[in-house]
Amino acid sequence: MDLGPHAAFIVGAYAVALLIVAALIGWVLIDNRRQRQILSDLEAKGITRRSERSPERQS
Amino acid sequence: MPLIDLANPSRFLALSGRLLPWLSAATLIAFAIGIVQVIGAPDDYQQGATAKIMYIHVPSAWLSMFIWGTMSIAALGTLVWRHPLADVAAKAAAPIGAALTLQCLVTGSLWGRPMWGTYWVWDGRLTSVLVLFLMYLGVLALWRTIEEPARAARAVAVLTLVGAINLPIIKFSVDWWSTLHQPSAVLRLGGPTIHPSIFVPLVVMALAFFLLFLTLHLAAMRNEIMRRRVRTLMLMQADAAAGR
Repeated sequence: MDLGPHAAFIVGAYAVALLIVAALIGWVLIDNRRQRQILSDLEAKGITRRSERSPERQS
Repeated sequence: MPLIDLANPSRFLALSGRLLPWLSAATLIAFAIGIVQVIGAPDDYQQGATAKIMYIHVPSAWLSMFIWGTMSIAALGTLVWRHPLADVAAKAAAPIGAALTLQCLVTGSLWGRPMWGTYWVWDGRLTSVLVLFLMYLGVLALWRTIEEPARAARAVAVLTLVGAINLPIIKFSVDWWSTLHQPSAVLRLGGPTIHPSIFVPLVVMALAFFLLFLTLHLAAMRNEIMRRRVRTLMLMQADAAAGR
């Protein structure tokens, strides 16, 4: 594919778009892992929401 | 399932958890088809291959405004109906909107340099999109400034609705003022002025970016719901430690 005399601008634009999309995907995945980790740490300490507690613990 | 059931965060988590793999797959397929079509699309008779930048610039421009529109509807949900997921939706959309507006500005700049001879010019369209980007940054800063999520949501909702005034300014800036930026070629009365061989790949790429936004937005909303649960649990832990 011949991108002509302005190939650097075209490739640069697509590289920027790829970088931004990759950063967004990375942000969502890392944030998800982090929140899950904190929730499971809290759960391991016995700190859960009332709706998630076992019936024995609620009584 | 009635729409109101989605107001329950737990039900939203369950439903979005089932939807996300399908949305992710649809996004990948749409991008694969779109990129193949972009590679096969003919060059523009005036701009040559440089017009290929349009396939990433235009969808990000449309989405930058669409996402602010989505945040404005969510702002109404926060201020008028106090919908429990409205501010979650608004907060999750803001970073995605900011990133895609940045993509619009940078790719537009890289398109402008070879075509106009300059990376930037302070005309109506470019300046109003820059203002949109700065407003996204303002919203992100405001979310971080106020610790209590409900208070932050109300302040952000007001800022978002005020900022929505900029959307028609962006859209009609090319008609109202003399500008280097070309007038609307797709979203205009009388239909698109682009040849189908270029228009079809553009629509497919726009669909792919829209699906990407939906996927990322749902995933980010799930993260935000978890973040609020973490906050609640930590407050409970602090209360328990203080003997309250």
